Amino acid sequence: MKFLCVVCDEAMKVAEIPSPSSGDALTVVFRCPGCGHQVALLTNPWEAQLVRSLGVAIGGRSAPPAPLELVRATLTEARLLWTEEAERRLERVPEFVRSVVRKSIERYARQQGCREVTPQVIDEAKADMGM
Amino acid sequence: MKTYRDIAGDGGSDVLGQVTERAARMRARMALVARKLAVMSGKGGVGKSVVTVNLAAALAMRGRKVGILDADLNGPSIARMLGIENRRLTVGGAGLVPAVGPFGTRVVSMDLLLSRQGAPVAWDAPALQHRSTWLGALEASALGELLGDTAWGELDFLLIDLPPGPERFPVFDGLFPECDGAIAVTIPSAIAALTVRRSVVLARRCKAGILGAVENMAGYRCPCCGARQALFAEEGESVARTLGVPVLGSIPFDPRIARCADQGVPFVAAHRDTPAARAIVGVVEQIDRTCAGQEASR
Ligand SMILES: Nc1ncnc2c1ncn2[C@@H]1O[C@H](COP(=O)(O)OP(=O)(O)OP(=O)(O)O)[C@@H](O)[C@H]1O
Ligand SMILES: [Mg+2]
Ligand SMILES: [Zn+2]
Ligand SMILES: [Zn+2]
Repeated sequence: MKFLCVVCDEAMKVAEIPSPSSGDALTVVFRCPGCGHQVALLTNPWEAQLVRSLGVAIGGRSAPPAPLELVRATLTEARLLWTEEAERRLERVPEFVRSVVRKSIERYARQQGCREVTPQVIDEAKADMGM
Repeated sequence: MKTYRDIAGDGGSDVLGQVTERAARMRARMALVARKLAVMSGKGGVGKSVVTVNLAAALAMRGRKVGILDADLNGPSIARMLGIENRRLTVGGAGLVPAVGPFGTRVVSMDLLLSRQGAPVAWDAPALQHRSTWLGALEASALGELLGDTAWGELDFLLIDLPPGPERFPVFDGLFPECDGAIAVTIPSAIAALTVRRSVVLARRCKAGILGAVENMAGYRCPCCGARQALFAEEGESVARTLGVPVLGSIPFDPRIARCADQGVPFVAAHRDTPAARAIVGVVEQIDRTCAGQEASR
């Protein structure tokens, strides 16, 4: 999808993506580099979801996507993934308390909106629990 | 007035660039994998997953490095059949780290990503009532992530267990240009013949093409006299043999295959000296040989 400023006959450029685009819809503001005129593209929820489902970032990306970015963000009841280092840290905890510790760290991580459990998240969780 | 093609770029999102970059990442990842083979079938329940698991185990027992992607996003079964449903996938510097199964097989499956065993694969998305418009795109992207974001490392074989359906392989072939070919799992039932043929015809038109067919549940040995008995109403000539593709082997029905799958043990390792295990090993020898042959002729 491209936008053309008919007056200037020039391609418009993405100027702003109010984020988070209100709830389930998507808003993208385009601006004409010639005359400065702006238009906003407003999608309905399923159009927005279709775009999201393609796994491309509207407005462009500065860094490559994280592994399984879309699956982890979209899967219901997705397991919180741990990094290899975090998993190794957990192995130092005695086995009989490991699953309890794992659960409480994951609870903390979810509360904080962390995408994955890293050694740093473990430290924060421990501090939070006063351990 | 300018038209779509007169304008270079898309105003800042660079969707094309993002897609190209993703494809490049996939290519780099797959350059380390010698053979990418999809296991497909026109009909459901013919034994794709069991065959995948046992081919993988048999290849690994021959010293090959094997990965398995369970591409049946909504009905994953590979992890359970390999007894690793409790393992955890982790994230490392190079991407998602697969779970390690019997004989060092590296496994990625949706059920290893769910927080609770047996949870349904469902998507958190607004516009659920319009899912028909986006679900296909989402599942394709998810499959792309599972394949391309996993740190498979160097592999001799990556087996991809597809969901059932005659169009599954053609769609997958379009999505995954690195695929080297399909193995079609068939059953000798006359009723299934039509679907089996259709899926093979469609698959042969694909870029990757068909390596061969594996006939599964091809009769059983009578426990009292050892004679071969048919399990299905069969046609005069075996369906697999009229498909015009190489028949890589016929695996008989053996209740121990199902039992092993339920217990999470590869049958081919647990019951080496059975006709079914020998048939599986026979298939694997051919896959190994055809692939070595393709390698040599490059
Ligand atoms: N040769 C065989 N002998 C005995 N049981 C078998 C054989 N092949 C498959 N089965 C059993 O048949 C059932 C279906 O097999 P499987 O799940 O592998 O099929 P599938 O094609 O992957 O199914 P789906 O289409 O649902 O993915 C399983 O219970 C499996 O253990
Ligand atoms: Mg299956
Ligand atoms: Zn203008
Ligand atoms: Zn008998």
